Amino acid sequence: MGVLELQQSLVGHKGRVWNVCWHPSGESIASCGEDKTIRIWMHDKSKWIIKTILTEGHTRTIREVSWSPCGNYIASASFDATVAIWDQKSGQFECNTTLEGHENEVKSVSWSVSGQLLATCSRDKSVWVWEITDDEYECAAVINAHTQDVKKVRWHPEKDILASASYDDTVKIFKEDTASSDWICVSTLASHTSTVWSLSFNNRGDRLVTCSDDKSLKIWQQYEPGNEMGIPTPDDEPVWKCVCTLSGYHSRTVYDVDWCKRTGLIVTACGDDIIRVFREESDSDKHQPTFSLVCSMENAHTQDVNCSQWNPSVPGLIASASDDGSVKVWAYND
Amino acid sequence: MSKVLENPTPKIYPTLEEKIADGECEEKVTRNPDEFDARGIFELLRNINDPEHPLTLEQLNVVQQNLIEVDNESNEINVQFTPTIPHCSMATLIGLSIRTQLLRTIPPRFKVSVTITPGTHTAETAVNKQLADKERVAAALENQFLLTVIDQCLENAVQT
Repeated sequence: MGVLELQQSLVGHKGRVWNVCWHPSGESIASCGEDKTIRIWMHDKSKWIIKTILTEGHTRTIREVSWSPCGNYIASASFDATVAIWDQKSGQFECNTTLEGHENEVKSVSWSVSGQLLATCSRDKSVWVWEITDDEYECAAVINAHTQDVKKVRWHPEKDILASASYDDTVKIFKEDTASSDWICVSTLASHTSTVWSLSFNNRGDRLVTCSDDKSLKIWQQYEPGNEMGIPTPDDEPVWKCVCTLSGYHSRTVYDVDWCKRTGLIVTACGDDIIRVFREESDSDKHQPTFSLVCSMENAHTQDVNCSQWNPSVPGLIASASDDGSVKVWAYND
Repeated sequence: MSKVLENPTPKIYPTLEEKIADGECEEKVTRNPDEFDARGIFELLRNINDPEHPLTLEQLNVVQQNLIEVDNESNEINVQFTPTIPHCSMATLIGLSIRTQLLRTIPPRFKVSVTITPGTHTAETAVNKQLADKERVAAALENQFLLTVIDQCLENAVQT
């Protein structure tokens, strides 16, 4: 079994912390929450210290923050129905762009790998794709494929393919139709029996892990047209199949999941205050994989864990956020 | 409210005080103040006002002590509530009032679940899912109009 060692507890937010996001360099962390602020924490020698507190960008809870792939921008999604884009052209972070259009709470925001597309989703059931040219954000698509509140949007690690998770218990995959340049739903991943809270692609983007209010994790494998397994691919589009369900490990809602692009480890954030780490077995069959629980950090926080994310550059480092008001940095060791 | 009441003449049940006066039950006096029990949770909930009637949730039998479960060891509290009629459109609001009251009065270590008594409402699954979604509950409680209505329901309930 592996162990999680607490590196530091970052205290400062007032009330629930909803989300944390690592800077692409892995040297700073942005966090956000109920107190309508974004806090940027930096690693200075041996310690994490608060560098900046961003206020007055939003009038209600900030649900999620996301660094752009270049590390120069932060996008924040808020219950105030807007997304703010923060840049540091003046030397300090400032909100110079606010994206409006959603009818109510924005739940999630994600940058594509190129940094030229931004996706947002909302309780209004829609997913929006924004095109970015020279700091101008233009709505390229409003996708009404889900029948309920959309909880999370995440881009494929290499391609302009978007995945979304919803209160309607499904995950959907979207891409731009080259002929019409419309964004279309190319796949619906149905298997969870309650809200899908989050999802994460693996490093190559041919697998997805999803987590749910049904207390399970699911691993989905992509099958391209003409795949060796003979899995039918109607419409000549790849098909996503659930190849593994991890149930019995979580005792309450699983709020977040992150698949480490470097180590292949999966970390989960759960309503039972526990952070868990899973690893694929070495002799695992790709089409019927097996994963084992390698670490279960009891009382990782004193209340629900809302978010758990792997550092993109330092293997094994995890940041977590909780209802208990703290952000914690952990080191995972085998 | 000006609209037609869905359930104009609800059945009214005796309150704890009335039951004690009639000798139907005894008031437990010695309780460990650090431990929570069904009786203590019931105390926090029974004087919540119904959104439609000038009556409490206790008087309408919406909350009952025997439908409250408390596990101090695992820090879990489960409250079942029973809408007065199976198509009550106020069910979510009542559940939200119960949830808000517990949020404000119970230590944060407790995991609280508020659900409809099985088989007593036509939209039971949908209402339960909504009440269990803490993100939607948090968003609802930032809605000033909704918060005003909930505060009215809670004005006579035990405050901390």
